[in-house]
Amino acid sequence: MPTFVYMTRCDGCGQCVDICPSDIMHIDKSLRRAYNIEPNMCWECYSCVKACPHDAIDVRGYADFAPLGHSVRVKRDEKKGIIAWRIKFRNGKKDMELVAPITTKPWGTAFPKLAEEPAPSKQMRDSQLLFKEPKYIRLDDGDLRSLKTAGLKLKEGVYY
Amino acid sequence: MGYKTIIEDDIDVLVVGAGLGGTGAAFEARYWGQNKKIVIAEKANIDRSGAVAQGLYAINCYMGTRFGENNPEDHVRYARIDLMGMVREDLAFDMARHVDSSVHLFEEWGLPIMRNKKTGTYQREGRWQIMIHGESYKPIVAEAAKKSADKVYNRICVTHLLLDEAKENRIAGAVGFNVRTGNYHVFKSKTVICGAGGASNIFKPRSVGEGAGRVWYAPWSSGSAYGLMIDAGAKMTQMENRIVLARFKDGYGPVGAYFLHLKTYTQNGLGEEYESKWFPELQKMVGKEYLDPELAHRTHRPIPTCLRNHALINEVNAGRGPIHMVTMEAFKDPHLEEIGWHNFLGMTVGQAVLWAATNVDPKYENPELTTSEPYVMGSHATGCGGWASGPEDLSPPEYFWGYNRMMTVEGLFGAGDAVGCTPHAFSSGSFTEGRLAAKAACKYIDDGKANGIVVSDKQINDLKEKIYKPLETYRIYSNEVVAGSVNPNFINPRQGLDRLQKLMDEYCGGFGVNYMTNGNLLKIGMKKLNWLVEDFEKIAAQDIHELLRAWELYHRIRTSECVFQHTLFREETRWPGYYYRGDFMKLDDKNWHCLTVSRRDRKTGEYTMEKAPLYHLVEDKDETAKAS
Repeated sequence: MPTFVYMTRCDGCGQCVDICPSDIMHIDKSLRRAYNIEPNMCWECYSCVKACPHDAIDVRGYADFAPLGHSVRVKRDEKKGIIAWRIKFRNGKKDMELVAPITTKPWGTAFPKLAEEPAPSKQMRDSQLLFKEPKYIRLDDGDLRSLKTAGLKLKEGVYY
Repeated sequence: MGYKTIIEDDIDVLVVGAGLGGTGAAFEARYWGQNKKIVIAEKANIDRSGAVAQGLYAINCYMGTRFGENNPEDHVRYARIDLMGMVREDLAFDMARHVDSSVHLFEEWGLPIMRNKKTGTYQREGRWQIMIHGESYKPIVAEAAKKSADKVYNRICVTHLLLDEAKENRIAGAVGFNVRTGNYHVFKSKTVICGAGGASNIFKPRSVGEGAGRVWYAPWSSGSAYGLMIDAGAKMTQMENRIVLARFKDGYGPVGAYFLHLKTYTQNGLGEEYESKWFPELQKMVGKEYLDPELAHRTHRPIPTCLRNHALINEVNAGRGPIHMVTMEAFKDPHLEEIGWHNFLGMTVGQAVLWAATNVDPKYENPELTTSEPYVMGSHATGCGGWASGPEDLSPPEYFWGYNRMMTVEGLFGAGDAVGCTPHAFSSGSFTEGRLAAKAACKYIDDGKANGIVVSDKQINDLKEKIYKPLETYRIYSNEVVAGSVNPNFINPRQGLDRLQKLMDEYCGGFGVNYMTNGNLLKIGMKKLNWLVEDFEKIAAQDIHELLRAWELYHRIRTSECVFQHTLFREETRWPGYYYRGDFMKLDDKNWHCLTVSRRDRKTGEYTMEKAPLYHLVEDKDETAKAS
């Protein structure tokens, strides 16, 4: 569903240009507003729609299989940690609102700085363990699983 | 060309492509290399890049050992049967024994994981999948990667890897260009972790015109992980093992939650169950070891994904289409109905848009399913990718050469789609592979393996010239014609992509030929592809954006070349429902119970193919035990 941009809402801020994973939201040089330069490389991922501070970007289903007259709108709020959707059918018979959380923590706060963690010991370096392991694997005192502890071995050929 | 050359020197760990694999690598590298220089080069913006840009509604790889659910060996057996035996069990076991710790980190970072209210465990969708509110999955993991990396270069299209000139077959970094400024970027690095992703848009998509971007895997997945590694001379494996998906028609919305959680099922256009009637004949093709409906029914051993596709494809060909997903029962429950919609909004909004446009209310009608065009990737129910070393405590000698997830080029590591023979890693497994690769890369550097790397200015300048050539071609020839895109001297990237898709579809087993090919067709296809390789020398780009598309096409072409080689090499039909070798319609364990490995010679462009042995975990036991 290629995205499109409403002329009167876009102020050319470029948030969509910044975020588009497909590099298809560009600023039109004469109008100084954003538009989708390559609709057939649009995945309708809604990244630009969610990023637009002016709700200027919307989506119109792909012309090759989606009839006109529908709407799927979205509002993503990092502060509140939620995303809200509204889906409207072409025939007007369905008008749905759906809300989902996007995070359980205040946005951007819960990330470790690994440079400041105590450095891993040589023993840990020589082991198969990753950061916070083995604790984080099972969240108990169990160790990393190996073929030995599982009583398994790898054998060549077809026999299973 | 007024483009500047910007050199980032002395990098220890360069992450090329920061999707789930690359973000995992950048994050973990900081722990093992606290003083190391870690740099990310990403084609888009890491907050929304890679296959998970749009979000996910489930994490498809979680053992739940903590809740007593599965062990790593259970995952191996599952992935093995689903891939008709063709799995690197060392890599799969290794990923599976670590993957839960990644998921627990995600939860700590704020990813909302649903809980089963009765048991307090994560809400299961199926045996391996847990349900999440994952709209912000990617921005969350990106944040963790950003905290670890020294520098993140967004909007750099990495086109080539650099090779050391002091020691043969050793990595030295990467080059590319900024898709906004056009500047040339050189990353000199001791190690490279390639997370540049699998390939969509190689085979002609079912959608046409404006809808050509509505592919199952993201349109920006340009096979760059493969293109980059093949060019560097890395060995590749299982590249014939493309995947075809049974999905909701046109929108390609996911079916996992529907099948597993909502308990919907499929039927043909007459309202009949159709799968089982194709199984007796199919069993003759693949053998009882791989298809045993009775055993599958009695235990929880799955019917391989490709074989279920086979039934769908054949039922439609028999004239009893379309295949419907029966949703009308499940959607009577308003809670399940809501989940059905959330599932799309969380990861394939386009399907919701399509249903809104066509008034599909699954409560009152059963939506259509179809099989997609094929995709070349390595983290879903398929295992294309690079031939990587396993960990030292698990891997047999043929699978081990010093550093976990290191390719056959020294210092080049991979994660996610880049690593072959590790299907069913999905998002969490790809992230975990990135972490494993990062630890190994740091060890490689600490062991002194990256000392004395030499990259000459010549290598850098030659690549620069090569990269910008399409702009030059356009500048020279575009004014020879009055206007328009038809020019006798060049083709543009879209024209090249169209040609690639058409020939892959027709000669390499796309949807247009019902996934059928044979040796003769493959050889013709390879001849035609070779002309496209030659014509790529004359590709023209009118601006930097088109230059990006040109180099994406290049990676797709390299990938396709390798897919052809592998498909021709494996003389059997291992995965009916993914593709068929018409000249070898049976699965042939006697000759082909092995992995295919290729290598492209950097100088001559010639491929060498070899068979690599397949190792399995001893037993196939637990399946009956789990059923009880």
